[in-house]
Amino acid sequence: MTLLKMSAAALVASVAFAGAAAARDQVQVAGSSTVLPYAKIVAETFGETFPQFKSPVVESGGSSAGLKEFCKGVGPETIDIANSSRPIKESELKACKDAGVADVQEIRIGYDGIVFATDKGNPDVNFVPSDIYKALAAQLVIDGKLVANPYKKWSEVNPKLPDVAIAAYIPGEKHGTREVFEEKLLAHGCKDTGATEELKKLITDEKAAAKACVAVRKDGVAVDIDGDYTETLARISANKTGVGVFGLSFYENNADKLKVATVSGIVPTAESIAKGEYPVSRPLFFYVKKAHLGVIPGLKEYVEFFTSDQMVGPDSPLVEYGLVAAPDAEREKVRADFAAGKSL
Amino acid sequence: MTDFTANGPLPVTASPVRRDIGIKRRYAAERRFRLYGILAIGFGLLFLALLIWSVVSKGYTAFQQTEISIPVEFSEKVIDPQNKRATDPNVLMMANYPVLARDALAKELGVDLSDRVALKELNTMISNSVRVQLRDIVLRDPSVIGKTVTVRVLAEGNVDSAFKGQIDLSVPEKDRKINDRQLGWIHQLAEKGDLVKAFNTGIFVNGASSRPEAAGVGVALIGSFYMMLIVLVLALPIGVAASIYLEEFAPKNRLTDLIEVNINNLAAVPSIVYGLLGLAVFINFAGLPRSASVVGGLVLTLMTLPTIIIATRAALKAVPPSIRAAALGLGASKMQTIFHHVLPLAMPGILTGTIIGLAHALGETAPLLLIGMVAFVADYPGTPLQPATALPVQIYMWANEAERAFVERTSGAIIILLLFLLAMNIGAVILRRRFERRW
Repeated sequence: MTLLKMSAAALVASVAFAGAAAARDQVQVAGSSTVLPYAKIVAETFGETFPQFKSPVVESGGSSAGLKEFCKGVGPETIDIANSSRPIKESELKACKDAGVADVQEIRIGYDGIVFATDKGNPDVNFVPSDIYKALAAQLVIDGKLVANPYKKWSEVNPKLPDVAIAAYIPGEKHGTREVFEEKLLAHGCKDTGATEELKKLITDEKAAAKACVAVRKDGVAVDIDGDYTETLARISANKTGVGVFGLSFYENNADKLKVATVSGIVPTAESIAKGEYPVSRPLFFYVKKAHLGVIPGLKEYVEFFTSDQMVGPDSPLVEYGLVAAPDAEREKVRADFAAGKSL
Repeated sequence: MTDFTANGPLPVTASPVRRDIGIKRRYAAERRFRLYGILAIGFGLLFLALLIWSVVSKGYTAFQQTEISIPVEFSEKVIDPQNKRATDPNVLMMANYPVLARDALAKELGVDLSDRVALKELNTMISNSVRVQLRDIVLRDPSVIGKTVTVRVLAEGNVDSAFKGQIDLSVPEKDRKINDRQLGWIHQLAEKGDLVKAFNTGIFVNGASSRPEAAGVGVALIGSFYMMLIVLVLALPIGVAASIYLEEFAPKNRLTDLIEVNINNLAAVPSIVYGLLGLAVFINFAGLPRSASVVGGLVLTLMTLPTIIIATRAALKAVPPSIRAAALGLGASKMQTIFHHVLPLAMPGILTGTIIGLAHALGETAPLLLIGMVAFVADYPGTPLQPATALPVQIYMWANEAERAFVERTSGAIIILLLFLLAMNIGAVILRRRFERRW
């Protein structure tokens, strides 16, 4: 019986404690696994630089999951910041507003390149978006008819490419990276090959035609990777002729194992991405709940610290890790917008 | 006699025919079965050996960390150029400590302090955690300013990997995280004995870090400890009380049958379901804090309860009815029978079930994902209400890191987790041996 009493007491005590802890003293962040390494570096350095605040807690789980959690409402039991590797969608913003998250501030932290890489032992390759489209699209227009993608080898797609079977490891649909991949490569390649027009003739519904452009084949040639880049790396190590899609920072940390492919003749580097020459790049974001500023200790300081040149400027630790710094004027604008309290 | 001789061969041939009742065949079947059994065990052992070999061969190096000892001059010019530290304590807080370590290393290696490229390369060889390390030295004893003290600083993760031979040096220099000049410095320092591999206490005591050299499972260990404590305090009494009632007092009717079916069912429910439940009930409804080990502990309690109830009921059933009959016959009440005689005899079984349930809970990540415990947590949690992670979560987080030095640390953390599980299971065996009764 004493055991029963003890457990009941413990339950009561834990709930009572919860009331006391409702005033949170730590910033809580969730979201994109692409932004996670950067957020970790900032969170750790923040804790070291400002001993009066605790290091923020950064959860992983993907952009969509993070934004969903973010839009649950306002209050200390909800998160303060959502990291995202894509801009917030209209529908998500609406969900936010419906739940009482009226003011959302958008912070752009810099850019990330999306690179194709193969095993180190492979010869150099250059892709153009139309190669990627032709190799990975679910259906192609051939002789005016819509047929399932017949290509099995890269050389069939483009004679300049190596004579090996197509095996591509691309980010799964829960990743923000997938959308950039679809938009910048598949849709672009679809247009370049002239398939966009032909698809419109075949499919009357415009939305369905646009969707057909970015649909990826599901016959095992293109493999969706739902895990992180380490899983893609493991797949490439197992299948030496496979091609994987990585973030630039991940590639740079594993450049001794991977060979990067050029896209439209441009080598992906921080410089080529910053100049806008390398075609497949995207901005990285995080979103802040304005209602939590001044309520959660350290939140305002964390955002200011994250956007400072010390963290995202040209010689900062984030850039060293692989982030492509935004131009000076853009960084300045991000800081000014945050200080002015500009919200979406 | 002749008759016998004439018929002699008959019984001789007949008797073996009658006695052949398949002895040979049955022995062969038994031998085959034994062989299958040995093969099955061998198969299991082979995979166990493979697992342990792959984890240990990759992970044993994680328990060593490369350190550089350098004489750091705590120069007043760098720390407090305007001599304001008496009035403004922030000066010592915000000073540019990494420069001190970098310049000390440059001096040690005879690198010109005006060679900016070389200084940058030197800077990337020392862990960024040097800032806090040197700051703590100064804050503890401000009189150190102006003096030169030999400090052992952590080498950066890539230096660590290179020194341990984990970076392929045959690839072109530009594709490596460590260039040829830095390799030369590493050798130079190693020859002087300034760069050594030391026991990595950091991996046990540090919190999560984005720097592999400073990352540790300390916060995860504390988080796991809190959760195990909560599971033990809640699941054991609730589970034992539930099973005593169901086994000894409850009437056997449709309702109790339904409860039994449900309990057995719950034991097989995927653990992520408990995570969803925890998110809905403990965080969204009860308003408990996210990422806190108290929520993790409550979720794991729910997950472990069915296991404990099933084990306890089995242990109570195994106590012979004669014990109960004897106690009742001597005038003990039902309650006294159970608490004085049945429960003590069932204890080894209950404890074994509990420890196996705890070990299962210790290795669980899926239910923690939804309640926000799969997270980067750098600070130690003071109470179970503060954010923490758990050991398996730390392994999962490290496995997703891009840096090479995290590969060995992932395996290192797996070794630590395996040791904990081993200790718990050995504990279960010892408890059983100690309290076991045979009839």
